[in-house]
Amino acid sequence: MTNTAHEWLNAHGDYLYRFALARLRDAHLAEDAVQETFLAAIKNPNFAAQSSPRTWLTGILKHKIIDTMRKGQREIAVTDLTDDEDADMDEFFNARGHWAEKPIAWNMPSDALEQKQFLGILQSCMDKLPKKLAALFLMRDVHETDNEEICKELQITATNAWVMLYRARMSLRKCLEINWITG
Amino acid sequence: MMLSCKSASRLVSQSLDRPLNWQERLALRFHLVICRHCRRFGKQLQQLRLAVNAMVQQTERDTNITLKPEAKQNIANAINQHY
Repeated sequence: MTNTAHEWLNAHGDYLYRFALARLRDAHLAEDAVQETFLAAIKNPNFAAQSSPRTWLTGILKHKIIDTMRKGQREIAVTDLTDDEDADMDEFFNARGHWAEKPIAWNMPSDALEQKQFLGILQSCMDKLPKKLAALFLMRDVHETDNEEICKELQITATNAWVMLYRARMSLRKCLEINWITG
Repeated sequence: MMLSCKSASRLVSQSLDRPLNWQERLALRFHLVICRHCRRFGKQLQQLRLAVNAMVQQTERDTNITLKPEAKQNIANAINQHY
């Protein structure tokens, strides 16, 4: 069984690391999540019976990623977690609730090079978000984690999650609009 | 009561996360008919969602990104310790 675990580490470790890194955006947190995943896997009685270990391990890893987000939740609590739906939205709207700067139509990338530049700008915009807010946004908008599950696991209310996701999206779209050449 | 852009944009975002109730849907639909800025915002959120999916996939498929040898060794040691 130990041998199987080592074989899996060699065969799937890098993939699992990339999967975690893409969502947690922190090398150390991603390494820890992969390690936790393997330790949970070898303790599982179904371990040896897995016909598709990568899929199975990825399923465990998703939970470990949410665990990691939860551990960092105090960071969210200080900077982002608020029930006040209007908090800090003055940046985007004037006193009458109109757009302070009206959204501009985006010229989306038309070839591989532009796509690469665009994703680079998106990366740097993500970097400006608090890490846990970025992670929450990714868990949600990359279509993999059910809203209810996120709230249960993170022990936040649905309202909090919606407010945080709204904030994340508003910040990201503004950042993209400033930094990407728009039409 | 007409929605402000501030409220409308919030509903547009929340419609990605939960089903809106019928009052919200109706109010939002009326607003979007007359407000191209909020329509554009809605489109941007779709584009943003596609883009972050592309970004995540790019990282997942980038085989140049690997576990550092030390990290791999740490994990291997942890596996041995638990057996």
